[in-house]
Amino acid sequence: MTATPVRAPRTGRERTRPQQRSRPARATRWRRIITPLLVVVLWEGASRAGILPPDKLSAPSDVLAAGWRLAADGTLWHNLLDSLVRAVIGLAIGGGLGLALGSVAGLLRLGDDLVDPPVQMARMLPHLGLVPLLLIWVGIGEPLKISLVALGAFFPVYLNTYGGIRGIDERLVEAARTCGLSAAARLRHVVLPGALPSLFLGLRLAFGAGWLSLVVGEQVNADSGLGFMMMEAREFAQTDVVVLGLLIYALLGLLSDLALRTAEGRALAWRRGLEAS
Amino acid sequence: MAARPRSELNPATTAPDVAPDLTAADLAVVTARGITRAFGDTTVLDGVDLRIRRGEVVALLGASGSGKSTLLRVLAGLDSGADGEVRTSGRTAVVFQEHRLLPWKRVADNIALGLRGPDLARRTSAALAGVGLADRGRAWPAELSGGQAQRVALARALVREPDILLLDEPFAALDALNRLRMQALFFRLRGEHDFAALLVTHDVNEALLLADRLLVLEDGRIAEDTPVPLPHPRTQDDPGFGALRRHLLTRLRVPLVPDRS
Repeated sequence: MTATPVRAPRTGRERTRPQQRSRPARATRWRRIITPLLVVVLWEGASRAGILPPDKLSAPSDVLAAGWRLAADGTLWHNLLDSLVRAVIGLAIGGGLGLALGSVAGLLRLGDDLVDPPVQMARMLPHLGLVPLLLIWVGIGEPLKISLVALGAFFPVYLNTYGGIRGIDERLVEAARTCGLSAAARLRHVVLPGALPSLFLGLRLAFGAGWLSLVVGEQVNADSGLGFMMMEAREFAQTDVVVLGLLIYALLGLLSDLALRTAEGRALAWRRGLEAS
Repeated sequence: MAARPRSELNPATTAPDVAPDLTAADLAVVTARGITRAFGDTTVLDGVDLRIRRGEVVALLGASGSGKSTLLRVLAGLDSGADGEVRTSGRTAVVFQEHRLLPWKRVADNIALGLRGPDLARRTSAALAGVGLADRGRAWPAELSGGQAQRVALARALVREPDILLLDEPFAALDALNRLRMQALFFRLRGEHDFAALLVTHDVNEALLLADRLLVLEDGRIAEDTPVPLPHPRTQDDPGFGALRRHLLTRLRVPLVPDRS
């Protein structure tokens, strides 16, 4: 008996509230923009008034100007592209492995016994703490960044695949059997759709962990990418570029989360009925 | 109409002295012999023999925990841990106490689950219309009331044109008014489709209203096998209803007068 708490490690960015319940009425939604705007205005004002020294924190307008400048000379784009390629490859490897091993452990008793214990043990290692070992193993090149992203993405996908499959209501599987569904058909019509909400959650957590790993990996040692751009800017005391890098990381996280939530909303349309009732 | 022995059940444990006579066996849609099932040290079923004839509605009564549902699961082929022999001829369908509709499939797709054929859409809508929900095919299960969902579950079973319908306390989770409606619906569908049914219930009135024959499960065996000779359609104030009801309640050890202790 393996008692496994099916909780993925959370990253700071993630908030997993259940699917936009009690969404505020459209008429009052604009209120949610007030505080962010106020923060930006105060920040800009404090910089202009000289309260915030520009070498510690650049004004929002300076950050935007730096973004415009780097976009115009192409520096931003090729660094962004390098970071995106690393993220996509790492997520594909880590997510794919997590999905495959999570399915094996979730579906098969033997798989559970063989796969789950080592994964649960490895999960306890903070994967960013593996950087020194990874440096010895794969050096400082691209494999290091991709390995880190893959490691970060693997665990949330694995845990939520496993938990999603285990959490399926056995009574539904049984009902499908009485309807004459074969094992393959039960997998397609019951197990996969039943595990899908959990899979989406795993993916969202994996994206968060993947971006985080990328930040760390690119700041260890790199000659391209957003992290490299920021570290290089720090050397030259270009605080505006450092802040720009942070903003772009945040924006990437937001955009990927938004894309996943849109896909989730489409794939899980049946849940809307569930909430209404 | 070949009888289909279940391989996971062990025929060696059947009791030879209760072999059904051949003519009745020809008409039987379900024949079970020597069904035993134990969970740990507790023997729930201790050699149950059972035969259901074509088109017959049999109610299975018993105190809670007497093994009614266990027996139904064995007959449905959902319990691989039982011993004994089960033969079913023709198609089997099951209705559970909970509707067990897949929440991610619309009502019509739930009914058509696992079915193929060119006229599937027509059969599905006919089954939905049969339970009075012709306009709900596009709804998600979560949008249905409890009574509606259970009617869809009934439609999902009947669209398979079963020879034997196994029902595990199908109306027990519904409120009293919905339960009466479902019982009336069941009686009407029974007239239209001519299936045999095993109705597991703890409701003596329900059993007497719907069944042709009553079985009482006690101590792991069929302790009573009584025909219900009342003409259809039945009501609770039919002559003879009360006497049978009192007999059954006594059999189930329910006190007929208020307990003054």
